[in-house]
Amino acid sequence: MSTNTESWGSRVGLVLAMAGNAVGFGNFLRFPVQAVQNGGGAFIIPYLISFLLLGLPLLMIEWSTGRFGGQFGHHSTPFIMDAMGKRRLWKYVGVFGIFSNVAIASYYCYIESWTMSYIYHSLMGTFNGMDQHEVAAFFSNYLDVTTSTTGIPYEALIFFLLCLALNTWILSRGLSGGVEKVAKIGVPLLIVFGLFLAYRGITLKAGTNGAIYDGTVGLNFLWTPDYTSLANPKVWLAAAGQIFFTLSVGMGSIQCYASYIKKRDDIALNAMAAGWMNEFVEIVLGSAVIIPISIGYLGIDKVIELTGIGGLGLGFRTMPFLFEQWGPILSAIAGVSFFGLLFFAGITSSLAMGTPGMGFLMDEFNWSRKNAALGFGLVIMILGLPTIFFFNQGVFDEYDYWGGTVSLVVFALLESILFSWVFGLKKGWKEINMGADIKIPLVYRFIIKFITPMMLIVVFFGSLVRPVNDDWTGQKIGQWEFHNESIIGQLKHQGIGPNKLWFADAFYSENTGKVDSIFLLRKKHYISVGYRLGDETVNSQNYRYMPLKHTLSIKSGDEVVKGDVLFTGKIINKVFYIDMARLLLMSLFVFIAILVYIAWRKYHQPQKTP
Amino acid sequence: MNTSALILMITVQVSVTALAGWFFYKVLVTKPMVEPDSYSENDDVER
Repeated sequence: MSTNTESWGSRVGLVLAMAGNAVGFGNFLRFPVQAVQNGGGAFIIPYLISFLLLGLPLLMIEWSTGRFGGQFGHHSTPFIMDAMGKRRLWKYVGVFGIFSNVAIASYYCYIESWTMSYIYHSLMGTFNGMDQHEVAAFFSNYLDVTTSTTGIPYEALIFFLLCLALNTWILSRGLSGGVEKVAKIGVPLLIVFGLFLAYRGITLKAGTNGAIYDGTVGLNFLWTPDYTSLANPKVWLAAAGQIFFTLSVGMGSIQCYASYIKKRDDIALNAMAAGWMNEFVEIVLGSAVIIPISIGYLGIDKVIELTGIGGLGLGFRTMPFLFEQWGPILSAIAGVSFFGLLFFAGITSSLAMGTPGMGFLMDEFNWSRKNAALGFGLVIMILGLPTIFFFNQGVFDEYDYWGGTVSLVVFALLESILFSWVFGLKKGWKEINMGADIKIPLVYRFIIKFITPMMLIVVFFGSLVRPVNDDWTGQKIGQWEFHNESIIGQLKHQGIGPNKLWFADAFYSENTGKVDSIFLLRKKHYISVGYRLGDETVNSQNYRYMPLKHTLSIKSGDEVVKGDVLFTGKIINKVFYIDMARLLLMSLFVFIAILVYIAWRKYHQPQKTP
Repeated sequence: MNTSALILMITVQVSVTALAGWFFYKVLVTKPMVEPDSYSENDDVER
């Protein structure tokens, strides 16, 4: 028998935990960047349409399948899906619902640990007096785990382990005693922090505290509609992609939380309340913090340039410097608020990522809650360490791409097909409406059956064959050029450049330009190659080499073409670490699938008669 | 802010806030089901 006797303490606690699961770093860091890169205010139109046609239906599907599976004592997707479809295959599709959570938690806990560290440094005044480059360099130093400029050796690792220990401890306290309590504190607090920062962002005045523009300039930039972008498939794919990230659908964590709801209790209103609360945090608060503040201080052009390095870069490399302009006390409060809200957004999501795996071990292998939490912590530590030590080699990005992006789309597509076409929408619609405290419009029957799976197919194929420069009209079949970020482009290592071998005797330049400098930084040697434009080096790349192992083939001032040898010697290329990360993720998937098979065999073994 | 940006921002933000607030309010005021329900804090018998 299962040892799983978990339950939710209260309905509000469940809704806040579900909202906390959905609200994550993406609400504050990814959404505004996506909006800026996809037509400003016009992005919101495909975004809201995707929310109504993709997000809400997937929420209904996941809440109802979770509650359905819970009736059979299952709290993780492999056996929830097994209960819904007759074919054995479905339980292996359900493996995605544990795999994604484990893979994402492995790097997500690392980001969460950055926020803990940045709260500490905001309070200690570490950023006071630093210029913009120094604040940005602080983040790079932080990620270079072997060197520390803050006096704490292996600081990134220590904060990661602390963060993981905290997650493990909360998970070991159970749903109502741990996860729900954190959500009841964390979600209201992050809203308060968000309101404070949004107020500061909107009321920012040019000429005060070093601001060059009003906060409304950023809002204007973000909300001015560019309706021409609506005809661009890239914008629609970006909007649909953002809905995935923001609602935490296609992961298996919603099903797990919902599986602890009894058959006749409402899920429809709960799903709406949690989903719309996430949208409030994203659209109202998320749009009013980093863009208005950063444009207020740096201007539109600089912020567009910075969004190229992503929301994480903008949040951690830039925001502490901007807060610094508000004076020592207010900058400490703003730093604690900003990284505090990111921390609460992060921890309420990472706890949700822990519960499906724990539910699986407790249901199918009779593990105690404490042992399951420890098991989760241990697995995340083993998988998370490569993201810390080989961050610059691309391991973190691989986890994010395959575990946190592709598998969500694949799983959501398959679960929507299972729900509407295998389990059957007649039964499915009954499940959604059973015990409902609100009436779901009948049009959603049609949307769930036809529109949502079709949109998911489009999103999947769009990601699979995304063309170079997102130019969907200028491509010809047979001569299709894939974007480096497309699934096929990734599989082909298209973005890797000339260093395609795992091990090599020579390292080739990955860009064209002049050898700008050969320098030593934090005891590491680098070659900088780029174009010189006045005082600035553009399109510059730094390549690390080791003088004891490598012999330089160039000298400072040389002109270099992409593919020219920079140095010779024994070299392990980045592609090796990328492939190892993929191998690790594949092994994780196979390992979970084997556990599912073992658990299934236990159910189906003939009983021995004495 | 220009007019179209202002109209879009206010329309979207007010609608989203109102919907989020209304659904959460409904969760708060809806009477709990007769026991046994899914939530332990309102159980009739102490566990």
